[in-house]
Amino acid sequence: MSLRVDGLSVAFDGVSVLDGVDLEVAEGEVLVLLGPSGCGKSTLLRAIAGLERPSAGRILWDDKDLTEVATHGRGFGLMFQDHALFPHRDVAGNVEFGLRVAGMPADQRSHRVARALEMVGMEGFGGRRIDTLSGGEAQRVALARSVAAGPRLLMLDEPFGSLDRVLRERLTEDLGVLLRRLGQAVVHVTHDHDEAFALADRIAVLGDGRILRIGNPAEVWADPGTVHAAECLGHENLVVLDGSGCCPLGRLGDGPGTVLVRGDRLVIGAPADGQPAAAQVSAGRSVGPVSGLVVRTSIRGGRTVVVLDVGGLCLRASSDGSTSVGDRVGVSVADGGVVPLSG
Amino acid sequence: MGKLRELVRISARVLCVAIPVGFLTIFFLYPVGSILVRGIGAGGLERLVGLLGRGSFRGVVWFTLWQAVVSTVLAVLVAWPGAHLLARRRFRGQAVLRAAVTVPFVLPTVVVGGAFLALFERFGLSDGPLRLTRTVGAILAAHVFFNVAIVLRTVGTFWEGLDTRPEEQARVLGATPWQAFRWVTLPRLWPAVAAAASIVFLFCFTSFGVILILGGPTRATLETEIWRHAVFRGDLASATALAVVQLVAVMAMVVVANSMQRRRAIGQVPVRRTLPRASGRLLAGNLGLLALVLGFPIAVLVERSLTTGRGADATWSVRNYVALADRVDLLPISALAALRNSLLFAVVAAGMAVVVGGLASVVVVHGRRTTSRLFDLGLMLPLGASAVTVGFGMLIALDGPPLDFRSSRWLVPVAHALVGVPFVMRTVVPTLRSIDQRLREAAAVLGASPARARRDVDLPIAARALAVGGAFSFAVSLGEFGATSFLPRHPDQLTAPLALFRLLGTPGEALRGQAMALSVVLMVLTAASVLVIEGMGRRGAVRGDL
Repeated sequence: MSLRVDGLSVAFDGVSVLDGVDLEVAEGEVLVLLGPSGCGKSTLLRAIAGLERPSAGRILWDDKDLTEVATHGRGFGLMFQDHALFPHRDVAGNVEFGLRVAGMPADQRSHRVARALEMVGMEGFGGRRIDTLSGGEAQRVALARSVAAGPRLLMLDEPFGSLDRVLRERLTEDLGVLLRRLGQAVVHVTHDHDEAFALADRIAVLGDGRILRIGNPAEVWADPGTVHAAECLGHENLVVLDGSGCCPLGRLGDGPGTVLVRGDRLVIGAPADGQPAAAQVSAGRSVGPVSGLVVRTSIRGGRTVVVLDVGGLCLRASSDGSTSVGDRVGVSVADGGVVPLSG
Repeated sequence: MGKLRELVRISARVLCVAIPVGFLTIFFLYPVGSILVRGIGAGGLERLVGLLGRGSFRGVVWFTLWQAVVSTVLAVLVAWPGAHLLARRRFRGQAVLRAAVTVPFVLPTVVVGGAFLALFERFGLSDGPLRLTRTVGAILAAHVFFNVAIVLRTVGTFWEGLDTRPEEQARVLGATPWQAFRWVTLPRLWPAVAAAASIVFLFCFTSFGVILILGGPTRATLETEIWRHAVFRGDLASATALAVVQLVAVMAMVVVANSMQRRRAIGQVPVRRTLPRASGRLLAGNLGLLALVLGFPIAVLVERSLTTGRGADATWSVRNYVALADRVDLLPISALAALRNSLLFAVVAAGMAVVVGGLASVVVVHGRRTTSRLFDLGLMLPLGASAVTVGFGMLIALDGPPLDFRSSRWLVPVAHALVGVPFVMRTVVPTLRSIDQRLREAAAVLGASPARARRDVDLPIAARALAVGGAFSFAVSLGEFGATSFLPRHPDQLTAPLALFRLLGTPGEALRGQAMALSVVLMVLTAASVLVIEGMGRRGAVRGDL
């Protein structure tokens, strides 16, 4: 029971949007597609659903080729960004739609609708008109509609795109619980790395129509592979090295390029003597300490983030809150804190 | 200085309101009121009741109704595939097709009548067992020809703006293409279909020229009966009674159509998306259908106008066109002179319509709420009231004290302007409304006075809409037949459509040839104005639709 996407390419009027994408999603697995807007995430979902025609490649379910099967014959569910609820039907009318087109009798339908609404915490909303729903309620109804039809694969396209942050975070949590309970194959698309890490069994980072990196969240976070993927994942300390692999932190590579200095591996300590470490530091070994200046502090998610100026290089690190703006500190990088990136 | 400026401002406001109100009152409300007063007052009511009881009258009403219903259904069915094609597929020449299908809608009714006569004659359908001339079939075909554009554009435009995601969502939920259409597209499309159908119904219900030319004496509708009684028999009393019935029926329909339009306004945010390319088969099928229904009659008309002689003697020539300059016994002046009259009237009428409609639009958009509502409704009335009612009302109301315009040369252009004003308002009002208030605020912040801001922001944007409305009035005036056919005649002021009507009504090869040539000239002139409108509408921010 798994989805396989094989060398999938999609082009609009000759312009390539997806270029040879390979994916696999097993039953009970949540795969999150992460990428900035315009990278082809939605197109990938639409192609899997059969709403876009691929220019090359195949879409398979349990080794059965579905590429030529029409959308309604695939048995996949897709929840759209902005929900696309049917404005001319009430909540129950929306949720029962998939069952209705499948020819399920009315009495069974109402039972299933009630169960789906209950699952998303919307019991008793069946008779409500669509335009009376709040953003969060509409989102839940859209989810109930997708789930009620009983798809073998559930795809969610930025389901929280239009919601405010607080609601997003709460719904993300609810969704995570719900997806585990459903236990089916899920492809979830987002540009928000926090959301991705909250939901994913595996993360695929998409950029310019290709999969740049795919793996479990911890692996992908620790080694994004490319600059673009690191940015998508929310890494901030991308350090450009000069011709001899040096930067104000020291010599972090063998030549020019970009490395990632993981914020969670930056250690802030007592002031150092200000000289960059002379010895070459390769990935995996510790660096520093070198002298830095605290330029700014802010609180993000209850934790203090410190912005440091190290010889003109701007770095962000988490801190215990004991430093304040203007402090001179010693900055060092713990083991595995320097990750080389390509591209 | 300040006082003078204040005075100028107040008088400008007064003029803005007074000119449209005066125009509407004298040339529309007073004539229509006269119909009602004469039709109901002073023994008119008994006559009216008597009329309603008559079998022949009931027959006329029944025919008027059912031909309009059938015409509407046929127009919707024929336009449907094209609306889908324009809204949901893309292909090269889309804009051209959109413009081309609009042309039939503005063609003069007399020209369309002529085109269908030519079509039937060409294929031997004017006589014999397959006769179509003087049948309902001819009327229905012509009505479909006229009204396909309305359905195509109203439904097509609405459909185009309709979010595709609900359909896609339905497909993902397992709906077949047909189920998605039936349960998701159609319910949302319905208001636009109803709005288009109600307008088409109204047009077919008040159809005049087509029925007169193609229907023959046995196929009478309320409109043609009014004309026959008033102009042919001189029985103004019966004509008035019929006009009252017509007026009440049409007003009721306008109210219904209007409320449907309003419901249509509950729109959605249009979404940008890439549409699939039209397949060759779909495109060919659609173009074939439209070419058959819309293009074929026109093609035959053009062919006939370029042919002289019948049967084996038929040869290609431009003699019919050359003959337009010669006066035939049937007409007081040459067809060319009539054409010149029409062009002059059309220019004058368009000018009046632009002034009156423009001022009225300013009042509708910027005036006080109640004034705005009254203006909006009042100046749209001539669009609802049929041309025949307008002409007949003028005939009976303006021919003696206190208002005697019988000998006025302005009466024809005024009647045409009255029909043109709603078109001007339909383009100008939405355009003025669409002007972002922030643009004026930006101008004010930059130091422009309100008057200055209006001149520098509103006027340039509205100018294009005014031009579009004016061009439309021009086209309408050029082909106007219904109202003109009632107005007092000065032989030297014969308009081209009236000349054409007389030419068509008289047998004879030479006359028929001239009639076809005159039809083609009128068609080219009106079609050209429409294409200019299409071009302007597409380039600028002109809103609104027919």
